[in-house]
Amino acid sequence: MLELNLTHRFQEFQINLAFKAKQGSITSLFGRSGTGKTSIINMIAGIVTPDTGMIKVGEDVLFDSAKGINLPPEKRKLGYVFQDCRLFPHLDVRRNLLYGSKAAQNGKKITFDHVVDVLGVHTLLERKPANLSGGEKQRVAIGRALLSQPRLLLMDEPLASIDIQLRSEILPYIEDLRDTFGLTVIYVSHSIDEVIRLSDKMVLISNGIKQAEGNVEEIMSRLDLHSLTGRFNAGAVLSTTVESYDVDYDLTGLAFKGGTLRVTGVNLTKGTSIRAHILARDVSLMLHRPVGTSILNVFEGTIIEVADEGGPQLDLKIDIGTPLIARITRKSFNDLDLAVSKNIFTMIKAVAIDRRSLGRSALD
Amino acid sequence: MFNPTPTELEALSLSLKVAAWSVAITLPFGLFTAWILARKRFYGHALLNGIVYLPLVLPPVVIGFFLLAMFGRQGPAGAFLYDTLGITVAFTWQGAAIAAAIMAFPLMVRAIRLSFENVDPKLEAAARTLGASPLRVFYSITLPLISPGILAGIILAFARSLGEFGATITFVSNIPGETSTLPLAIFSLIQTPGGDAGALRLVILSIALALAALLLSEYLAYKAKLKVEG
Repeated sequence: MLELNLTHRFQEFQINLAFKAKQGSITSLFGRSGTGKTSIINMIAGIVTPDTGMIKVGEDVLFDSAKGINLPPEKRKLGYVFQDCRLFPHLDVRRNLLYGSKAAQNGKKITFDHVVDVLGVHTLLERKPANLSGGEKQRVAIGRALLSQPRLLLMDEPLASIDIQLRSEILPYIEDLRDTFGLTVIYVSHSIDEVIRLSDKMVLISNGIKQAEGNVEEIMSRLDLHSLTGRFNAGAVLSTTVESYDVDYDLTGLAFKGGTLRVTGVNLTKGTSIRAHILARDVSLMLHRPVGTSILNVFEGTIIEVADEGGPQLDLKIDIGTPLIARITRKSFNDLDLAVSKNIFTMIKAVAIDRRSLGRSALD
Repeated sequence: MFNPTPTELEALSLSLKVAAWSVAITLPFGLFTAWILARKRFYGHALLNGIVYLPLVLPPVVIGFFLLAMFGRQGPAGAFLYDTLGITVAFTWQGAAIAAAIMAFPLMVRAIRLSFENVDPKLEAAARTLGASPLRVFYSITLPLISPGILAGIILAFARSLGEFGATITFVSNIPGETSTLPLAIFSLIQTPGGDAGALRLVILSIALALAALLLSEYLAYKAKLKVEG
């Protein structure tokens, strides 16, 4: 749906990037602060003009340096949710929301009432932005972008200025945008948790250059990318489907390629696709099938890769039907005499899985 | 004591007329110049900036002399106006309005320019992404946000025009009923034996006028601020 290929030279570094995003999915641009992520979506929006390259939405060319095409932002029909909201201070919430709908022509697929309802802003309509909290401002900013009837929604760290409590409140809204409005979302973030939670696909950027691109499960299972995705939160992401729910124990079974992962407190409809982030530091290993353990999730697998960077810890990739990453000490590694292609049992505590990290995947 | 003579009332109404016209002349040019100085970077920016602020630092008499040289019947601009449109501005109230406008111009530009610089260009960029053309962005976002600055500029220019003396008397002289505005009339009365009472009346009138303008501006600025900041 979105297709781009850009180069642009800044004083400190150069952007050189190409990627595609699928219709109705969330694609994240992930990288540390100052790696050019915001510049990239500013280029998509038409606020910054790249030196060379091409940007296409569907069959519509927004920018093409070779053909001399460069549509101004108002002709691109993209929604942009800024990190700093940028609500118009002299207009009340209602008029902020409606600002972009005047120019929108391609039908009013997204209605005012629907947006107000989904984002829960009915009580705020008469207020001025100065009297809104951070989370309220962000929701209004999202609504304003939606009501311009965009073909694509660009979101630049929309949660960065919001406290952690509110983040978990807004994340489901963003999933809803994709699912209820069928929107394609380009999401910029430097928080791996948000990216895992939300993205169907991620583009890993470092110093303006794409380091990797693919679905979250793929990228997160690569041991060589840990320096970019963040060591502390390293861990595989499993694509799962809600399979069963045990009312007595409030336990949900999530089916994945290697079996069933049991987690607490996720009461979702059967069949819902869920991504589960299993932190490498929450996975422990045993040589034999454990007996008499409190751990509910035990999966048998084979070690397929060892990342040894010389420190006291090692990261192991284990194939349990799908890749799983475990972080163990060098001592355990030596004591258990582990090596590639060795058979092993992995254990994951059900309670260690952060319920809020479970993100819904795009419907296919 | 408090019964002004017709001549004094004439000075008052003339002053208001000259100041109103002065504001009307400076506002569009001031808005445009302030926008250029605040938003555009070009070769000669510093020079334009200097020229705009020149009336603020030059003796008003110099401006008056310059205007006389330019707009007098023999001056290039004056001859052109007379030959093509049959208009004479030297020694008329229109000339007084021009002199006041030039003296007030830097104050108007300065007030509006500051408020332009306070408008976050990111808000304008956001409006563009919402489908608004540059023109719509200007009148729906920029203009409302700078309205307190425009208001301040108008009040400052009006007050400066009411008080204009040096450039006016040099350019259009002191003709009762035509160019004799309040300060010029006060000056004449002081020079006239027995004119003290009249001078005092006009002084009190000037003070009342200035005070009223200030109060009005405070009130309007408060309203504008409320509108912008919510």
